[in-house]
Amino acid sequence: MAITKKHVLSVFILLACVAGFSLSASAGDKLKVGFVYISPIGDAGWTYQHDLGRLALEKNLGDKIETKFIEGVPEGPEAERVIRDLAKSGHDLIFTTSFGYMNPTLKVAKMFPKKHFEHSTGYKTAKNVGTYMCRFYEGRYLTGIVAGKMTKSNILGYVAAFPIPEVIRGINAFTLGARSVNPDIKVKVIWVNSWFDPGKEREASEALITQGADVITHHTDSTAAVLTAEEKGVYAIAYHSDMSKYGPKAHLTAATHVYGDFYTKTTQAVLDKTWKPEAVWSGIKEGSIELAPFNPAVPADVVALVEKTKKGIADGSFHPFHGPIKDQSGKVVVEAGKSLTDKDLLGMNYYVEGVLGNIPK
Amino acid sequence: MFIKIEPRPEPSRAMKYLSPLLAAALMLVSGLIIFTLLGKNPASAFHAFFIEPVNDLYGIGELFIKASPLMLIGTGLAVGFRASIWNIGAEGQLAIGAILGGYIAIIFNDSSGFFILPLMILAGAVGGILWASIPAFLKTVFNANEILVSLMLNYVAILLLAMLVHGPLRDPNGYGFPQSVLFADSAILPVLLEGTRLHLGVFLSLAGVVVGWVFLLKSFTGYQIQVAGLAQKAATYAGYKYKKLIWIGLLSGGVTAGIAGVLEIAGPIGQLLPSVSPGYGYAAIIVAFVGRLHPGGIFLSSLLMALLYLGGESGQMNLDLPSAVTGIFQGLLLFYLLAADFLINYRIRLNTLQQEAD
Amino acid sequence: MDFDIFIHILVAAIAAGTPFVYAALGELVTEKSGVLNLGVEGMMLVGAISGFIAMTKTGSLLVAVLCGMSAGALMACIFAVLTLTLMANQVASGLALTIFGVGLSAFLGLKYTSIALPGVKELHIPVLSDIPVIGQLLFSHDILIYSSFVLFAAVSWFLYKTKAGLILRGIGEAPKSAHALGYNVIKIRYLAVLFGGAMAGLGGAYLSVAYTPMWVEGMVAGRGWVSLALVVFATWRPARVMAGAYLFGGITIAQFHVQGFGIEIPSQLLSMLPYIATIVVLVLISRDQNTIRLNSPASLGITYHPDNQ
Repeated sequence: MAITKKHVLSVFILLACVAGFSLSASAGDKLKVGFVYISPIGDAGWTYQHDLGRLALEKNLGDKIETKFIEGVPEGPEAERVIRDLAKSGHDLIFTTSFGYMNPTLKVAKMFPKKHFEHSTGYKTAKNVGTYMCRFYEGRYLTGIVAGKMTKSNILGYVAAFPIPEVIRGINAFTLGARSVNPDIKVKVIWVNSWFDPGKEREASEALITQGADVITHHTDSTAAVLTAEEKGVYAIAYHSDMSKYGPKAHLTAATHVYGDFYTKTTQAVLDKTWKPEAVWSGIKEGSIELAPFNPAVPADVVALVEKTKKGIADGSFHPFHGPIKDQSGKVVVEAGKSLTDKDLLGMNYYVEGVLGNIPK
Repeated sequence: MFIKIEPRPEPSRAMKYLSPLLAAALMLVSGLIIFTLLGKNPASAFHAFFIEPVNDLYGIGELFIKASPLMLIGTGLAVGFRASIWNIGAEGQLAIGAILGGYIAIIFNDSSGFFILPLMILAGAVGGILWASIPAFLKTVFNANEILVSLMLNYVAILLLAMLVHGPLRDPNGYGFPQSVLFADSAILPVLLEGTRLHLGVFLSLAGVVVGWVFLLKSFTGYQIQVAGLAQKAATYAGYKYKKLIWIGLLSGGVTAGIAGVLEIAGPIGQLLPSVSPGYGYAAIIVAFVGRLHPGGIFLSSLLMALLYLGGESGQMNLDLPSAVTGIFQGLLLFYLLAADFLINYRIRLNTLQQEAD
Repeated sequence: MDFDIFIHILVAAIAAGTPFVYAALGELVTEKSGVLNLGVEGMMLVGAISGFIAMTKTGSLLVAVLCGMSAGALMACIFAVLTLTLMANQVASGLALTIFGVGLSAFLGLKYTSIALPGVKELHIPVLSDIPVIGQLLFSHDILIYSSFVLFAAVSWFLYKTKAGLILRGIGEAPKSAHALGYNVIKIRYLAVLFGGAMAGLGGAYLSVAYTPMWVEGMVAGRGWVSLALVVFATWRPARVMAGAYLFGGITIAQFHVQGFGIEIPSQLLSMLPYIATIVVLVLISRDQNTIRLNSPASLGITYHPDNQ
């Protein structure tokens, strides 16, 4: 019986789609919210933070909504099918949490004009597609200050995945933060060409440490950099998640992403029927960027300086990319008294002064 | 009592058809155990895994979209495998095909014309052939092991694709993100069935399987390949040119993989991405064997493989099954299928001690 | 580049090469018996999670290593039943084994992604580790690296100095003749495949317990495939497997160091280097028909069963 009903229902939905309109989830009284994840949730990293956001959403609005996530969805044709299946199965609001889901999300959104879609880290919106991203660079700048104060060798190490603007922005913000307290600092970058390969992340961290880096950070998805720092007795600054249990001594702090408030607010807007497609870029001000608890080794005056800067970013009096900023060749790219615009930030493709090496072309 | 294995005088026709059913039955039993252990109702789990994904037209379209590269590449690889030429580099050949085909789409992005798609497919075929001719050349001239060379070249090709999409082929207005421009309509394979994503490429893949069938089973070269595979030495002595067969065996996989790469980017993807295949090149090897290196069997096994992928997603969506279960399921089914084939050529006899004496 | 950094690269290369050493030496023994098992990646993953689970439950490195080895051997056993008893194709069975292993390890590890392990301490051998350069290179590692040296010695000795090794090689060369001489080809091949699985499992456990002490899905990240390559790259010689493993590890490490010094080479090109180098060396040593013929097991990958002749 159940099977037959489902069959009938799905054929009906299909017909509805073909006819060019879609059904809203009339059956359940709860709003169904779907999440599409690029990797398994795990215990730390990009997807883990999104899932913390989902759990916060459930906690906040649990009586009015139900959530569903699909993990490990590859970018490309797979994503389109999964997003479509979520829409088809009555999910009214769908969060797609990886850059490569941008075009699939837009394609599905076109087929389901009554559903709401939110895509993370992309730059295209549509009538029923909004985008959201954290100002990751704000956290990077703050952790740069910590690294700049804690280094003795004046060499910082940075394990990076792929040379895209988001990663380069992080490297630059980290460097600017560090050099704001210690202008002698050099940042060494090693590209591992993988978001996720613990072995390579370890090897790159080790190479950086051997070359004199005594504080390392990473823009990759595993905890290997922190583990390696702990083993080699240097400091590490984690990214995405608090990784202190992987390096109790090494872990100074972490620049973490917090999505709970955004997910709650957006879902509430859909419930209230006030949702609009927006390009949300939220940071410390909105509580989207947080620092993990500081290691006791970080002196109180450093913590105070970081907190002060954080407050400045939150109230808008301080911008991490304020002039004067020079690029590697010494050319001024941002004049004194000015700050980089969001558009410039989005397309950033150069290193600032103090970063060693070149961006792979 | 002893179990004795003995060859059948000739392959069992009945077992040819029964063995896949036996494998399916074994998998159902394993599924029953796995789902019960996970605390899921096996009936609804099976429904979610095997019925839900294809219970509407769209789902069936998805099944064919997923199966299309597998059947095309699987057929091409089967040509080589029949001659014991082990091309496991289809994943890389697919990537190179996508690079060249995608390059055509990108340079003609502002123009439209009926010639663009055929040119892309041609470019993809050339790319696959070029990449596959490296192991063929190194094997025929330097005797280098083609398994190793083609496997290594996978990594090189995938990195090359990533490098190009991060660099010169990147969308100049894409904020530096690693993806090409979206292809213009004239570089996109048309969708043939409204309400699905079923595109022209799926039919080209089906046509490829038919061509492979004719080539393998009706042509003289196909016969030579068969002979070479059965006894490499005999073929050499019989005067067949083994080197020529190496080239044919490797390039047939290359050309199909290259075309499959173009069909992916001009079909469901619609642009060049740093990665254009979730491992089709490897999966196609298994598809080829499960299909017993016969184009008809490959067609069926590609559909089965595709269903397992879709079932994994559906299981997550409907039953919160962990995505890891998909891999276990695929692995088990393949084990059973490979194991059950044994019954085609052998039978198991339970012997008494007396008979064991010989 | 100063000398210290050069030594560091060499030391790091030995650690990075160790998972390859285990998995490739194991696969070498398997292949010497004439069986090609492409499932190394899957066996390493299952070994990695099993070793990791054992380590978290018992805290004993020995138990972890044994569990990793047993798990790898169990995986290899599936392969052996398929290819040796049921005579399925070795290439397809190996690939299926990898798919199965990727899924199984992810499934087993669902509850273990959040655990941090302390890792394995380096064991500086007294006196010897104080020798300049050599001490650092050879005598300042963790115990699993020393045992990989032992494994190398044992495999070399077994293959070339014992009768059993001679028989194993003979079976890889000509299973029919070995059978005619009264050796149980299938049984010996079973043992060789199981040994290969155990070593792959140990290589995986080295990754999850010592090298990067954590468990995450897919953490072997292609090292099983590289190990397979290394065996052929080494023309089935244990000493060359060692050299190849350290070379491969070394190129990766050196590549990162070159980047750290700010030398401008596109990093994807650098990442391609090890694979291209493997092909080049392969061509150089395969060019001479005799080298290959002398080393390559003649019956490699060909299904054999005594009842079938």
